[in-house]
Amino acid sequence: MQKIINKPNEVVDEMVEGFVKAHAGLISKTDNPRVLKYKAAPIEGKVGIVTGGGSGHKPAFIGYIGKNMVDAVAVGEIFSSPPAQMFYDAFKAADSGKGVACLYGNYAGDNMNVKMAIEMADDDDIAVKTVVANDDVPSAPGDQLNKRRGVAGEILMWKVGGAKAAMGANLDEVIAAAQKAINNTRSMGIGLSPCAIPEVGHPNFKIEEGKMEVGIGHHGEPGLDVCALETAAQIAQRIADIILPDLPFNSGDDVAVLISGLGATPPMELYILFNDVEKILTDKGINIHIAYVGNYFTSLEMAGVTLTLMKLDDELKACMDYECDCMGLTQFGRN
Amino acid sequence: MSAVPTSEGKVILSALIKAIQDNKQYLSDIDGLIGDGDHGVNMNKGFTLCGEELGEKPVDLSEGLKTLYMILMTKIGGSMGPLYGMFFKAMSKACKGKETVDAVTFGEMLIQAKEKVMDISGAQLGDKTLLDCLIPAEEAYQSALDAGKSFAECLTAMSTAAEKGRDSTKNLIAKVGRSSRLGERSRGVLDAGATSCCLILQTFATTLQEQMK
Repeated sequence: MQKIINKPNEVVDEMVEGFVKAHAGLISKTDNPRVLKYKAAPIEGKVGIVTGGGSGHKPAFIGYIGKNMVDAVAVGEIFSSPPAQMFYDAFKAADSGKGVACLYGNYAGDNMNVKMAIEMADDDDIAVKTVVANDDVPSAPGDQLNKRRGVAGEILMWKVGGAKAAMGANLDEVIAAAQKAINNTRSMGIGLSPCAIPEVGHPNFKIEEGKMEVGIGHHGEPGLDVCALETAAQIAQRIADIILPDLPFNSGDDVAVLISGLGATPPMELYILFNDVEKILTDKGINIHIAYVGNYFTSLEMAGVTLTLMKLDDELKACMDYECDCMGLTQFGRN
Repeated sequence: MSAVPTSEGKVILSALIKAIQDNKQYLSDIDGLIGDGDHGVNMNKGFTLCGEELGEKPVDLSEGLKTLYMILMTKIGGSMGPLYGMFFKAMSKACKGKETVDAVTFGEMLIQAKEKVMDISGAQLGDKTLLDCLIPAEEAYQSALDAGKSFAECLTAMSTAAEKGRDSTKNLIAKVGRSSRLGERSRGVLDAGATSCCLILQTFATTLQEQMK
């Protein structure tokens, strides 16, 4: 394990400190050292957007705090849900009185901690509603959508929810838009090498040289299959064959495409993959409305990639095109 | 003596903290087989923080358990924060205001803990979770109590059932939590939560039994 760290058990605290210092113009601390918020939050008259999750996924989750994106984030240990208290403190940091949309990923720990935090918030009359991302296709069959994990599609859910809230929508409208975003989103990952939680000190799963884990999860959860490493074109085809029929995505659809590296794969390779994905989509008559290629949602130093597609209607397009400013995703308005 | 004064809370808390600290690596290793290998790390962090918070002073059992659950619920996340947070919260509440922990009171602590964990997790017996240890342990304790056994005997019955329950998880397929995504691949390995639960229940048993002598 070769890492640039100090104490293995303090990596999250030191990362948070560094992040706040680096992005001082955008990010504020709160009374809870593990809850960060957008400097301007809570924003008068706007529904608050909150998320949270385990650490090790930079830029997720705190990298999506910012203008027209996420207002507050609960920061857990590496790959481990933040406790209920942190989610609750994040709700308080984000709430302007218009309620809070808590948009997070489908993991047992997050589900329990958010549930407890909502009960705590209820005592304070903070209205909290949730959308639970479940975009990872290989994590459960199509008839068990509620068992699927949330992966990189969460970013598109935050983008849509954040934009909708910024446009002045009420809590129910924000929740409906974010839910539609994730309902229309499908993802899948390929892992090429494992990652190690610093305090554990060694990877807790293996991917042999020359092999790839098809459908790997964001914490190294095993996927559908282990097979020989393929070319970018073959990987693009393999993922497309699984996620396109799952929604399904059809000829004539407009989509957002997100390709995220898992940490150790060079951005160059992500663009090679995107080139192949674009060919497949174009051949099928699927129109790429907007594309993101880079390290948007990583898994420590895992090598590999996730491909995420979201089918867009007019409302989702308007949200995706909306201006936003955060460390992980900054764009000018496109309309 | 068939009851332990609640003023001896420190002895019990210290034993629980030491048990988790001593087994930090073991719990992480088990978790690493089908989870992400941090169960021991997270449990150790929570219990050690509790030890630091309690310091050297004596503490009432209910208060000591409250310190533990507050730390688990506010500082330790993951799944184990809420699960053991609710577990110890229920236990703390069930012995609050009591002078002693006797067989009936401890039985109540177990029932409440079991119900709260079932409530927050939504898990059932056979899902390969800590409930596969807790449910049979609680039932064995109650059966022994109903049969008129002594407090010490009830605790022994609980310990035996806890161990059996822990071992039963080896042949189960995980239905909830992170390892549930593994399906058949989760078979053949102990559940980390059931393992730590067995450790905690057995530590309660031996410590209470020693205090009764």
